[in-house]
Amino acid sequence: MYKLEARNVNLNYGEKHALKNISIGIESNTVTAFIGPSGCGKSTFLRCFNRMNDLIDNVKISGDILIDGRNVYKSKIDVDEHRKKIGMVFQKPNPFPKSIYENVIYGLRINGVRDKALLDESVERSLKQAALWEEVKDDLKKSALSLSGGQQQRLCIARAMAVEPSVILMDEPASALDPISTSKIEDLIYELKSKYTIVIVTHNMQQAARISDKTAFFYLGELIEYNQTVTMFTNPDKEQTQNYITGRFG
Amino acid sequence: MSRSQINKIKNLAFKFFAIGCTSVGLIVLLVLLYVVISQGFSRIDSDFITNLPSRMASKSGIYTALLGMVWILILTVCISFPVGVGAGIYLEEYGKKNRFANFIEVNISNLAGVPSIIYGILGLELFGRFLGFGNSILTGSLTLSLLILPLIIVSTREAIKAVPKSLREASYGLGATKWQTVWNVVLPSAFGGIMTGLILAVSRAIGETAPLIVIGALVYVPFAPTSPLDEFTVLPIQIFNWVTRPQAGFVTNAAAAIIILLTFTFMMNGIAVIIRNRFNKKTKF
Repeated sequence: MYKLEARNVNLNYGEKHALKNISIGIESNTVTAFIGPSGCGKSTFLRCFNRMNDLIDNVKISGDILIDGRNVYKSKIDVDEHRKKIGMVFQKPNPFPKSIYENVIYGLRINGVRDKALLDESVERSLKQAALWEEVKDDLKKSALSLSGGQQQRLCIARAMAVEPSVILMDEPASALDPISTSKIEDLIYELKSKYTIVIVTHNMQQAARISDKTAFFYLGELIEYNQTVTMFTNPDKEQTQNYITGRFG
Repeated sequence: MSRSQINKIKNLAFKFFAIGCTSVGLIVLLVLLYVVISQGFSRIDSDFITNLPSRMASKSGIYTALLGMVWILILTVCISFPVGVGAGIYLEEYGKKNRFANFIEVNISNLAGVPSIIYGILGLELFGRFLGFGNSILTGSLTLSLLILPLIIVSTREAIKAVPKSLREASYGLGATKWQTVWNVVLPSAFGGIMTGLILAVSRAIGETAPLIVIGALVYVPFAPTSPLDEFTVLPIQIFNWVTRPQAGFVTNAAAAIIILLTFTFMMNGIAVIIRNRFNKKTKF
């Protein structure tokens, strides 16, 4: 069984048909990269998995999105509970204007966890997983906004992991970062693979090649090709994929 | 004369025109301040603040008016703050963005432009007569609350709108409900803006005279109010009353009371600025 699965997903923003009949299966404990030119629907598709598109007016979705075999667009599903199982990291680091500590435990706090020992433990574990602990362990009370961009992004990853999801969605997590911070995030993604299923949207072809097991290429709302990353980058089936990857368009 | 010389002259002319426009407002304000301060400043002393009103100008004080104003101020804040902020949150976070919402939005802005005396008539009928609060502090506060609600709602919405979408997404992404997101993320970030709006709205309310006259605030209150259902007067009404008296002494009193009222307003605006600066620093995104 796939960890994440989409079956014939169509999505409309008002008049615009943004996703056209997309089906894909993503296995557990893998890194999958979504690539494609801007506006091709890859971010929109990513956001279907944790129903973030619900926050936008005028969005209509049909088809099925399954996580561990459960359909997440069934009306019976509690959206807030569902989102707790899926961590999300955004394009721009978006820490809350609170302390580092409060940022990490935000997800636990809203779940009603009050036990100080439990919270402390979670902060240390999450920050260690996000490779940020050594840099911030002495000033956890400092505002998260005082961190650098790369540190902020790793804090956001720690925050997403603190609620122990099984899937992490990343929407161009390194696009606003410098090369050193980017390589830290990439190392991190590679390590996290053993525990999480990771889906990452990226504009950076080399990044997709470096970190992902499988790659999906989107163009104008369609899934053009989905295959092992090695195959995609050396011997793609479709000419469009070949052209995009070699930089002939997009 | 060459083209560029003409343009330079036009430029200069417009600059002086703009300076002239700015000066008109400033000069009028300065003249007002000068007249009021030169007439009334020497009249302000502790007796003036603590004396009850009297038939004799030199014995008259603003004690009851000042107390009435503080009562009105506190009650108005207590009523208008939760209602206004609640409405603002609903319209911005929960309400669907459709035609009906647009209709409401336009009408809230319209309400902010309704003459205050109309609110006075509404307050008199609804709170004073129908609900039977009479010409009490409660009626006054409720009426002033209605008057400033549109201002608070609009400033709350603006403050909430200014909170970046990315912060909301972070919160929803972690499984927070709408209320948790509003309470933990949106409101703390918007707090500075909301407080600024509230203080500016309230400082407008304490300067209002017309609606309070309509609901029947007294011009002569020889006792200090002790409960929200007591009759009351406020500074603007006291001032209004004094300037209509023929004796010269009362005009001096009015000038002194105006100084106190202005000080109040300036202080409130100052606090608004301080709060805005403090919170802007704390929540820079």
